[in-house]
Amino acid sequence: MPRPGFVLEVDKSTPPILFWRGEGFSLEKLPADRSRVIYPAEPLAGLDDVDGHIRNALLNPVDMDPLPALLHPDMKLTICFDDASLSLPKMRKPDTRQRIIEAVLDLAAAAGVDDIHLIAALGLHRRMHEYELRHVLGDRIFDAFHPRGMLYQHDAEDYENLTVIGETDQGEVLEINTRVAESDLVVYANVNQVAMDGGWKSITTGVASYRCLSYHHNPVTLQNTRSLMDRHKSDLHKSVWRLGKVLQDHGPRIFTVETTINTDAFPSPFDFLSKREWEWNAKDRALYLATQKSLKRTPNRLARKIFHGIESPYATTSVQAGFTPSVHEITLQHVYDQHIVPVEGQTDILTMGIPFISPYNPEGIMNPILVMCMGLGYLFNMYRNKPLVREGGVVIMTHPTYREFNPVHHPSYIDFFDEVLADTTDPVVMSEKWEKKYAEDEWYRHLYRTGNAYHGVHPFYAWYWGAHGQQWAGKVIIVGGDPTAVRQLGFTPASTMDDAFEIASDVVGRSPTISHLHVPGVLVADVV
Amino acid sequence: MANPYLRTAQRAAGTAERIVRSAAKPLRSHGFPYRAPSVPKGVEVPREPSKLGANYDTEWARGPVARAARGLIAEGPLRLLVKGVANPDVVGLDRLHDLSRLDDPPPVIFAPNHHSHVDTALMIRAIPACWRRELVVAAAADYFFDQQWKAVLSALALNAIPIDREVTGRKSSDQFRDLMADGHSLLIYPEGGRSPDGWGQEFKGGAAYLSTRTGAPVVPVFIDGSGAIYGKGMKRPKPGRTKVVFGAPLRPVDGENTRRFNARIEAAVTRLGDEALTDYWTATKRAAQGSSPKLTGPEYNGWRRQWELGEHRKLGAAGLRRRQQRRWPDLG
Repeated sequence: MPRPGFVLEVDKSTPPILFWRGEGFSLEKLPADRSRVIYPAEPLAGLDDVDGHIRNALLNPVDMDPLPALLHPDMKLTICFDDASLSLPKMRKPDTRQRIIEAVLDLAAAAGVDDIHLIAALGLHRRMHEYELRHVLGDRIFDAFHPRGMLYQHDAEDYENLTVIGETDQGEVLEINTRVAESDLVVYANVNQVAMDGGWKSITTGVASYRCLSYHHNPVTLQNTRSLMDRHKSDLHKSVWRLGKVLQDHGPRIFTVETTINTDAFPSPFDFLSKREWEWNAKDRALYLATQKSLKRTPNRLARKIFHGIESPYATTSVQAGFTPSVHEITLQHVYDQHIVPVEGQTDILTMGIPFISPYNPEGIMNPILVMCMGLGYLFNMYRNKPLVREGGVVIMTHPTYREFNPVHHPSYIDFFDEVLADTTDPVVMSEKWEKKYAEDEWYRHLYRTGNAYHGVHPFYAWYWGAHGQQWAGKVIIVGGDPTAVRQLGFTPASTMDDAFEIASDVVGRSPTISHLHVPGVLVADVV
Repeated sequence: MANPYLRTAQRAAGTAERIVRSAAKPLRSHGFPYRAPSVPKGVEVPREPSKLGANYDTEWARGPVARAARGLIAEGPLRLLVKGVANPDVVGLDRLHDLSRLDDPPPVIFAPNHHSHVDTALMIRAIPACWRRELVVAAAADYFFDQQWKAVLSALALNAIPIDREVTGRKSSDQFRDLMADGHSLLIYPEGGRSPDGWGQEFKGGAAYLSTRTGAPVVPVFIDGSGAIYGKGMKRPKPGRTKVVFGAPLRPVDGENTRRFNARIEAAVTRLGDEALTDYWTATKRAAQGSSPKLTGPEYNGWRRQWELGEHRKLGAAGLRRRQQRRWPDLG
């Protein structure tokens, strides 16, 4: 029986705690009697027969007819699927999306459906490389559909292939991929790693245009998203759900398949990362020392290759299919079963180790903007009710924050860092002053459409993702980061954790209370 | 008076000559006990049961020494042989992930089509390591176990178990049931033997029967290209390329008899065969419509059947070799 997550009150006998530092990690001693560590739950048991559960979900969907009843020979069927930003790290083959799509194709073949398109729901993310598509879909699907032009990736800038479906009562226009809009049935294959994923968000962002996304991917909406992991208190999700209603009323019929995975992210020899520190045996300690010391001497490029090469042994914990909102409610329950950890009250400081990966750098470099996005966007938002840190408190992150960018994946990030952040770090100001220029830049548009680059506006969205955390925190400190890069982000650099506590004392006094969000392992702190 | 030394030497030479003549005498000219005794007329000698064929005891081949030797053979000569002669492309292992990811993967029955002696070596190398270690191979008793040396070699190198081609007798099935209860997986060719003409043969019910009896899932497998490498009737192997396609495990459903389950296994291998030569979606659609090309080939006989086999092989792994050998003219 996996143990649930819990809050450890740090005392003098507590060993140093693991912190991610990009492509490396460190052990940090937290002050006794005023610190606490939020530990995630152990991975839940997976389903034994995943393919059987998928088949069962397709045949017994929630609030919809069984999939075979929706399929007929002369129909247009479109299957959309999440891109490489899920899961993190990438899951071991076969990917759940491959299993879902193969099960759907089996039924489509039995029904005699010929007109099938498979579309990677990228939104404004970068196009996936062929090896990534093969990893997600498997060689069988790729080899059968890609050469025939029946498998391709959504293009949010291809205005000849975008169709307006309708408008919400708040003036938000839903504009999506024409093939999706004109389909008789759209099946969406989801991997729901965190509570933010799935529901109407998948399809109304994954196959939408830049114009459509800008209604909710903006500073004001994200500052009022409290939090990304709590759909009912997230302005972003409220906007997305309004657009989903438009899609439901005026768009194609959507059949959603959602799956949840557990938190078993690291295979051997990195499995000690998921253990609680006082349970490390001699082998774990030796592995930690060997890994940490060798990573310190390893060039960044090689270390990244090692970490991005990890394939996680995630197990699927649930599969449900049918009407999108109904399915998503069940999915959320399963996600929360794995992630929720009850926590009492807020503290003055929140500490977190930033890992080597975020949703926007699969197979790429974790550049300074993504460090901000991961820390203040994703990890800060890992809460329900209220943040782990009090308003005006201090957020301390650990990451090398080197000034390195992947020019193929993140070309506009480079200019954003040098040009926009030199001018302002305020999301509202940058959105008014700079966003349009980057969004409409022809060169970025060309790289997004034909290469493997994120959309020109994407660094803005990554920055807005942290807007709520940025607004909430009185100070943000990065330990071990390149001082120039950290200052450019508007944060304060510190060389050690003790230095960081010393710097934080200007804001929170000499004896602040501290919460540490233990990563790896994914958790959502339910703060009461 | 003759010299006494000369007489001694003459005697010694005579003795030596007798010994040499006796040693040079063919064995057949020696009588009993050097030869088997002749049987007196009117006496009937009770016949001892044969220890070869289906009666060959392979228990010794599952002992620790034989296992270690087999491990070395599989990782050494067998690996080189398979790589050098058949150069396989193994696909579809992801379909076994739900079973192979378990700490203790359950025994399974691998049921491939069969065109060549290379198939067994190919399968041993292609099967995931978690099953390979405990794999036993059902081998035709009348071919692999008809002589002592063949029986020893088959049992040692392949962990082969003799099985009657025509019927899975109770003794064989009990033996396989016991082996699977001990955690051994089984490689069995449902066609019963190598293809005589390059096309497949109808499946016999052995794999389905054993699965029903033991509860072990059947993994359908299609091997493409091995017939062109060392098919039945070929005098020596002709190195080439092969493809091994694994399918999703099949289990008998409630109320399904062996015959129907066997038909399902055959249909699954047929679909994999189509997938190996075309693509996943084409094969899936044809399987759903019941129009997958049959493993057993066209209905007609004679030269047209052979002609079509050539066309059929061009599509598969065997055809790749030929396409790769194409030379474009040098246009300067």
